[in-house]
Amino acid sequence: MTDLLAGLGRRSLDFFERLGRGHLFLLRVLASVPGLVRRPGLVVKQVWSTGVQSLIIIVISGAFVGMVLGLQGYNTLVTFGAEESLGLVVAKSLLRELGPVVSALLFAGRAGTALTAEIGFMKATEQLSAMEMMAVDPLRRIVAPRFVAAIIAMPLLAAIFTAVGVLGGYFCGVGLLGVDDGSFWSQMQAKVLLMEDVVNGVVIKGVVFGAVISWIAVFEGYDAVPTSEGVSAATTRTVVHSSLAVLGLDFVLTGLMFN
Amino acid sequence: MKNTRTIEITVGIFVALGMAALLMLAMKVANLSQFTEQDGYEVRAYFDNVGGLQTRSAVKMGGVTIGRVTAIGFDQSRFQAVVTMSIDQAYNHIPADTAANIYTAGLLGEQYIGLEAGGEEVELKPGDELTMTQSAMVLEKALQEFLYNKTVKSEPK
Amino acid sequence: MAITSDPTQSETLVRIRNLHFRRGRRAIFDGIDLDIPRGRITAILGPSGTGKTTLLRLIGAQIAPTQGTVEVDGRDVHRLPLDELYEQRKRIGMLFQSGALLTDLSLFENVAFPLREHMRLPESMIRSLVLMKLEMVGLRGARDLYPRELSGGMARRAALARAIALDPMMIMYDEPFSGQDPISMGILVRLIKTLNDTLGITSVLVSHDVAETCTIADYIYVLSGAKIVGAGTPQELQAEHSPTVRQFMSGMPDGPLPFHYPGKAYLDDLLEAPR
Repeated sequence: MTDLLAGLGRRSLDFFERLGRGHLFLLRVLASVPGLVRRPGLVVKQVWSTGVQSLIIIVISGAFVGMVLGLQGYNTLVTFGAEESLGLVVAKSLLRELGPVVSALLFAGRAGTALTAEIGFMKATEQLSAMEMMAVDPLRRIVAPRFVAAIIAMPLLAAIFTAVGVLGGYFCGVGLLGVDDGSFWSQMQAKVLLMEDVVNGVVIKGVVFGAVISWIAVFEGYDAVPTSEGVSAATTRTVVHSSLAVLGLDFVLTGLMFN
Repeated sequence: MKNTRTIEITVGIFVALGMAALLMLAMKVANLSQFTEQDGYEVRAYFDNVGGLQTRSAVKMGGVTIGRVTAIGFDQSRFQAVVTMSIDQAYNHIPADTAANIYTAGLLGEQYIGLEAGGEEVELKPGDELTMTQSAMVLEKALQEFLYNKTVKSEPK
Repeated sequence: MAITSDPTQSETLVRIRNLHFRRGRRAIFDGIDLDIPRGRITAILGPSGTGKTTLLRLIGAQIAPTQGTVEVDGRDVHRLPLDELYEQRKRIGMLFQSGALLTDLSLFENVAFPLREHMRLPESMIRSLVLMKLEMVGLRGARDLYPRELSGGMARRAALARAIALDPMMIMYDEPFSGQDPISMGILVRLIKTLNDTLGITSVLVSHDVAETCTIADYIYVLSGAKIVGAGTPQELQAEHSPTVRQFMSGMPDGPLPFHYPGKAYLDDLLEAPR
């Protein structure tokens, strides 16, 4: 019994210690972000490896999610004779939830893990240490550009995912199932609002999820035990923690935005 | 690792693609391009009951969308709902005695305002009021009337 | 050793006094005094796991000691503000055991890295500086290769070229000979010697390879059990009578440093009934 309690205590102490370290780390990263103004090339390179490299998976998944929404939405709506609202259903669910959330989960798996593994590997092979000894701050040179790049890339990916998804839904609904072309768009256009749906959903959620994922990813990499086991454990943690964080935050944000 | 130039170009394409997607969502999906306040003129109409009418509901004439509802309020002096709608600048030859009715698309569908042209020579000007209105059909009321009529008709037998 | 009044002109470049460092409960260093003279090759010898690499990190101020001071060029590196520490580090090169080349950069870019980070130089000048450093370590022809394409010895030479890119006053070598074949070992020994002789760079060398170290070091400290157990020129140490030093210098398996990890008596362990 006491063992159980001690275990619980130790684990929660560890948890809070890590949480504290993570926040201190975030502050240090944020402090080195302004210096990037002089080195935009570093950020561009990282947008390439986080954003551009995730593009294919985002486009393909977006298309399929949109098509499935088209099929499922049609099947439900047709029982009420309201299949004209298909465009609305597809667009709203993509803009508000599926677009930002699914692309964030994919981003965590594709780009987040790559960030953790890369930084962890650099730590394990003493590259970060070597930089420090060359009087180059690895936070400024390695971590900050990756952090910023992920925040830039994420909302763009969410927007691409959503746009492709809407087209996928259009293809399924109008192309395959014969929903009227005009009413698909007009129902959507009548009810989708720029601020409430597009900006709140894709842009704000995209930026927040991007920030959280890249924070977790770079912290796990930087904090990894510098061995191959340590790095692979850190990579796993990145996926688990950032997925949970995205889903939890999504609930909070949805509550704040749409009520 | 590819060279810097290629990376810069692909990143440029990527950012442009993302922006284009956002623009598409704003224009095509949220329909920002049409019926914004500045390219339409506003008219008012009072209704006893607006039913499920909402802002951004369509204003149609002959089945063609010519405008949007921009605001719905309640006038305390008249105890009526006041609906402000914006009509596209292109449709500026609408008679002043046009009637405004609230219709439902399908049995359970969207509600919209249908305008029926009157015969007057004078044209509708910005800020005018549409005086001839017919309220939304409320399903419960219609059912009540229907049942009432039924019973009234069946009694003499 | 004479202590002069002006520390920047003193013979001693690195002065370590009463250095304590603990990791968890284990004492890595327990009161170490050590002087590294300017322009010489000073070696720190000791068995694996005695914290020789830790000592280099303490000198580079990557980690802080529990107690004691480390002065480099007359200034306590652990009390320097961050920007001054970074200025100081530009003047210290370090060769890591693994080489620690940046894996996503070519050899050329690796050597150019500190130059690009710290100086605004025209591309042509960077090119000639980098080629000069690569020529010195004999890898000018390999400049377009990536670290994964290099052998261990080549990687270490490339890392050496990077360490001297900013013309440092001191280079710290972390186990430069471990895991090298005899030829690349010979090359490294010669390189360290040449750099020290021609450029007058102070060299600190941490190693457990006694023979190679003795051929080039001017002065050797022997580290064992968190303390310095012996110091002197290679000749003096060979003649040293202290049993620990003798055991280490001649590589005997058992002695004051026991072959067996501390534990209870073998017989007791065998006879103990399993639970």
